[in-house]
Amino acid sequence: MNPSFGFLEFVIQLAYLLAAILFILGLRALSSARTARNGNLMASVGMLLAVVATLMDHQVVSYGVILAGMAVGGAIGLWSARTVQMTDMPQMVALFNGSGGGAAMLVSMAEYMRGVKEGSLTREGAFTILLGALIGGMSLTGSVLAFGKLQGLVSEKPLTFPMQRVLNLVFFAATLALGAYLMITPGIPGLWAFIAASLLLGLALVAPIGGGDMPVVISLLNSFTGLATAATGIVLNNTVLVISGTLVGASGTLLTLLMCKAMNRSIGSVVFGAFGAEVATASGGNGNAAGARSAREVSVEDAAVMLAYAKSVVVVPGYGLAVAQAQHSVRELAELLEKKGVQVKYAIHPVAGRMPGHMNVLLAEANVPYPQLIDMEEINPQFSQIDVALVIGANDVVNPAARTDKASPIYGMPILDVDHAHHTIVLKRSMKPGFAGIDNDLFYEKKTMMLFGDAKDSINNLVGAVKGL
Amino acid sequence: MHITIADFYILALAVFVGYEVISKVPVILHTPLMSGSNAIHGIVLVGAMLVAGKHGGRLDAVIGFIAVVLGTINVVGGFLVTDRMLQMFKRKPAEKTS
Repeated sequence: MNPSFGFLEFVIQLAYLLAAILFILGLRALSSARTARNGNLMASVGMLLAVVATLMDHQVVSYGVILAGMAVGGAIGLWSARTVQMTDMPQMVALFNGSGGGAAMLVSMAEYMRGVKEGSLTREGAFTILLGALIGGMSLTGSVLAFGKLQGLVSEKPLTFPMQRVLNLVFFAATLALGAYLMITPGIPGLWAFIAASLLLGLALVAPIGGGDMPVVISLLNSFTGLATAATGIVLNNTVLVISGTLVGASGTLLTLLMCKAMNRSIGSVVFGAFGAEVATASGGNGNAAGARSAREVSVEDAAVMLAYAKSVVVVPGYGLAVAQAQHSVRELAELLEKKGVQVKYAIHPVAGRMPGHMNVLLAEANVPYPQLIDMEEINPQFSQIDVALVIGANDVVNPAARTDKASPIYGMPILDVDHAHHTIVLKRSMKPGFAGIDNDLFYEKKTMMLFGDAKDSINNLVGAVKGL
Repeated sequence: MHITIADFYILALAVFVGYEVISKVPVILHTPLMSGSNAIHGIVLVGAMLVAGKHGGRLDAVIGFIAVVLGTINVVGGFLVTDRMLQMFKRKPAEKTS
């Protein structure tokens, strides 16, 4: 223990302990719908406690830089959290995650430089510092690239080139070798090179991954930042950092695996699969057939009649709904149909949209009654009794190829069996394939009708048409 | 700087806690949970403060400043965004018109 372990230090350590307990309780409360909001509140109280305790720490002697940094960071955080659209949430989380990763990287850098200057750098200390810098740096650039892909600043398509995996592996090994060298013979120029390599590795990790897998990637990078935080905690001898960072690292890893499970993919195939590359070859054989087939288009009036005189309608929302901000229009349409005696339900695929739960959040925003949202396992056996399935901007999650076509890259992914419904109306901008880049057989089925256009416009037109009936 | 074995005990125990506390999360809460845990690793702000609060050279101050800015963005943005998401799960019975 610290020889100058006085009463103040005791109080600070107790505050840290309390903060760690609040994080654990908060995280647990976040896993249940009833208590989730309180959980977030508990965790934020813990954070406030930890920050105030740190301000009292005797190691902190100058406040100017800290307070200035907190003012700037607080303003940016507040502004971006307030103004972000609900549809852009996933990329916002990615950016916040990248910030945390960047902070962990910088803290590690500063500690390394201090260690070199003071000659106090031990080998195990350097190891932990470099680990934190590596993971934090990868998380920073990986998250920023994920943000760019989801925001449409960078092409969402996987970036692949020949020998990519081998080259990445060689580069990764070289970075580790440099790290090992820096551990034994500390030096500042080498540190900068190591940081640059870490940042490049983050880009190399995310570049070959397509937009459809971004949620999994963000979750993975979230646990990366957690681990980087834990590493800085070990270096700084700060237990609350170790506990909280590890907590996020572990739960983030579990969450990543749960998401992969929902998509029936392994984490290995997400990270190393280069989804799009496989797809290009798969659609080579498939694409020609698609060109010969034609989809049946339906008019707004006909679609309105079908919906209004159906006994049961299941709405299948996807990312297109989020992009078009059509959730309020959808609820209006659903309420109109219910007044006409139609039973309306929503079928929620666990990975519809860009993040698990994305659709729930969106529909909850539009005040869609919670009991109407039905999970995939529960709704799938019911589809054969449903009159009309209304697919709004969903594609890969309703592609029957996942059940039947062994050559398809999404084969084995659980899907919503909308093709079992008596009729299917698909609202879509164009015949463009979905995120996985593969053609969808559903659109060419006899029972399927396409209503082209922006989802919000189409639904508003449907609302008008149903009203006029 | 010295690293004690106690750190690794804490690390190992926290792994189990992290795994256990969220093992029963329903799919609909995946996104808010990710966002909430994202805010919690913003605790790295404490590390940034410890670096920025030391008397050091100009480079240390610059690095400390940027680290505090990034850490604060992670904390403030993370918790607010999570709260905004969770707000939407709240039932509003008074609002029902139909």
